[in-house]
Amino acid sequence: MTSEELLQIAESVNAEHEKFDYEVNVCMGTGCMSQHSAKLREALTKEAAASGKRCHVRQTGCMGLCAAGPLVLVEPTETLYGSVHESDAPELILSLGEPPVERLRAHLEDYFHGQQHIVLENSGHIDPEKIDEYIGRDGYAALVKALTEMTPQAVIEQISKSGLRGRGGGGYPTGLKWGTVAKAFGAQKYVICNGDEGDPGAFMDRSVLESDPQRVIEGMAIAAYAVGASKGYVYVRAEYPLAVNRLTVSLREARRRGMLGNNICGTQFAFDIEIRLGAGAFVCGEETALIASIEGLRGQPRPRPPYPAVSGLWGAPTLINNVETFANIAPILRKGAEWYAGIGTEKSKGTKVFALTGKITNTGLVEIPMGMTLREMIFGIGGGVPDGRKFKAVQTGGPSGGCIPEEHLDLAVSYEALISVGSMMGSGGMIVMDDTSCMVNVARFFMEFCMTESCGKCIPCRVGTAQMFDLLTKICDGKASYADLDLLIDLCDVVKNTSLCGLGMTAPNPVLSTLRYFKHEYIEHIENKRCPAGVCACGSGVATEVEVTA
Amino acid sequence: MIAAVDVKTLVIDGINVSARADQTVLEVARENNINIPTLCHLDGLTDVGACRLCLVETKGSPKLNPACVLKVEEGMEITTTSDRLKHYRQTILEMLFSERNHVCAVCVANGHCELQSMAQDQGLTHVRLPYMNPKLVVDASHERFVSDPNRCILCQRCVRVCAEVEGAHVWDIMGRGIGSLLIADLHQPWGESSCTRCGKCVQVCPTGALTDKSKLGSDHPKYPEFLPNLEAMREGR
Repeated sequence: MTSEELLQIAESVNAEHEKFDYEVNVCMGTGCMSQHSAKLREALTKEAAASGKRCHVRQTGCMGLCAAGPLVLVEPTETLYGSVHESDAPELILSLGEPPVERLRAHLEDYFHGQQHIVLENSGHIDPEKIDEYIGRDGYAALVKALTEMTPQAVIEQISKSGLRGRGGGGYPTGLKWGTVAKAFGAQKYVICNGDEGDPGAFMDRSVLESDPQRVIEGMAIAAYAVGASKGYVYVRAEYPLAVNRLTVSLREARRRGMLGNNICGTQFAFDIEIRLGAGAFVCGEETALIASIEGLRGQPRPRPPYPAVSGLWGAPTLINNVETFANIAPILRKGAEWYAGIGTEKSKGTKVFALTGKITNTGLVEIPMGMTLREMIFGIGGGVPDGRKFKAVQTGGPSGGCIPEEHLDLAVSYEALISVGSMMGSGGMIVMDDTSCMVNVARFFMEFCMTESCGKCIPCRVGTAQMFDLLTKICDGKASYADLDLLIDLCDVVKNTSLCGLGMTAPNPVLSTLRYFKHEYIEHIENKRCPAGVCACGSGVATEVEVTA
Repeated sequence: MIAAVDVKTLVIDGINVSARADQTVLEVARENNINIPTLCHLDGLTDVGACRLCLVETKGSPKLNPACVLKVEEGMEITTTSDRLKHYRQTILEMLFSERNHVCAVCVANGHCELQSMAQDQGLTHVRLPYMNPKLVVDASHERFVSDPNRCILCQRCVRVCAEVEGAHVWDIMGRGIGSLLIADLHQPWGESSCTRCGKCVQVCPTGALTDKSKLGSDHPKYPEFLPNLEAMREGR
């Protein structure tokens, strides 16, 4: 494959598209499919054929606004329809070339205003199962460029210069990690894509894998070239059947087009990717546990150092990055490191995909440039808190993160800023809570999650999370004393500082951050045996569960 | 010609010590009679860094590191005892005592238990955490040994000795988190498992979780220090 051949494919795809006057894109992401978008697509296809109009009905990945699903995007008019039922299909097809169907239109100017799509640039525009459509939108140009025009060193330099940092949560500089693996000694090296997204309320990686899997494959291939690896693994949760399906199809397509396998692009470079399914353990998102899981062992973390970059999968130097990190690679090489470094804040470059969920009008996936404020995200893009309720806090970073109150809403989103207020970037889950949420109960929910997801290897995480969960339950039930609160705070300190891996080290964060901003709620539960939000059944029965959408 | 050995010098608790580059802080500390408490570590088994009792402070690093897997570095300054570390170690021991059922007075390992002596060494006088008292079933199906999960601290010494030294890998852990449980094979009764009856797991078990049926009452010493000798014998040294 040369760049000329790529161009040829792109041209033939575009010529194919020109045969049609209209393109009707139907979202076939997990969110919309759960609202019967598959039936809708069938109906639309049937109607389109019957109408005699030159129109093409296409399945695409996620368009972002899951709350208004199923979504239909009509091109070239860029008309977006929301909550479309299959019975609306005739009307919709009939309106092609006529004024749009007003009652179905989704007015989402606010939602898309301020977003900047790099990772999601193809989501909702291409059929994720067709590699040629990806190539038609500059796909694989970056890989061909890297293989034919750049040395591995130059690729790493570009990634370093772009300022890209790991999107899995820690924010480790990607270029530095690549450089370390490239320098590590070993005949066999591996590239692993971490798609074990497990934070409650997070679905960024799932959406990328469902909507644009080729982008991740391309990123991995470029990474493999840069670090000198010949074998890659994508570790995906088995709970994401659609993503696994599309990835399987895409790997086959990529091999067919010669983007994977031996002699890629006519060079000496050989690389192939296998899928490994996670069996539902959150801790397997931790890199050493993930590696153990791929090796067929129990998914338990081991102490670092040695880091996987030096001794990872089967003891070989291993590069492990998150799905979203790999999804950023191709655009960086295509458009240049300077372009990417020009987006975002001083230390956090580029864009970040967030999954907006909870008590928010526009539930869905957003991609924003780093440095946007939480307020713009929640009240601008997100459309604010529905039902006239009052905003209380936003939870970021999943069970490792914290709750950020209203007073910090003008915080510009970056790795450092979120840590400074006691939360963290995490993989990008963002759960908005209104005044009907009890913060003690929220802390209890996340502690329960950490308790059940702890692998049980180290004592502080195994026993500490269980003891903290019991103490939080006691507070929720209105049976706790101040001594219990002191003990809880003490356990937070011990578990945070003595645990083996990130799961335990960050497990106390939801408690610590709610104690920092909402201590009065804890005191109200202890002092007056009363839950200010009316969630916990203090003194009677069991506390109700926190509701987390998606 | 003898291969050159890289040697490092470092400071542990204010004492200047020298070490081979491949040694861990724990090894060097013990060579110099500096005691760092451990439960999951055992000479002759790979280290897993699970019990977190050997955490030490390294100057210039905000993180605590487990001495059992911390490789020595030139100029390192290690502190093995401080008020903070003491508090952490005591709390971790409290967690172990609260997790299952450790009533020394009625335990066969009374007087020969590493958890018991560790608690004494660390000056643990009481447990602040509520006892969880899970109901776990004793497995006495083996003709020679008994497994009492109520006394198990999940240090995985038995798992490692069985897999690494005996090569049988009968023991493993099932479940996760607070529900973790030591099992034989695929959760079969120990007596019906592929156990080779070598008894190494019983000897390395730090508590009364794995014991020998033939020993009565509290007269139940164990000899976990056999491993390095076995290793030396196998290597023909």
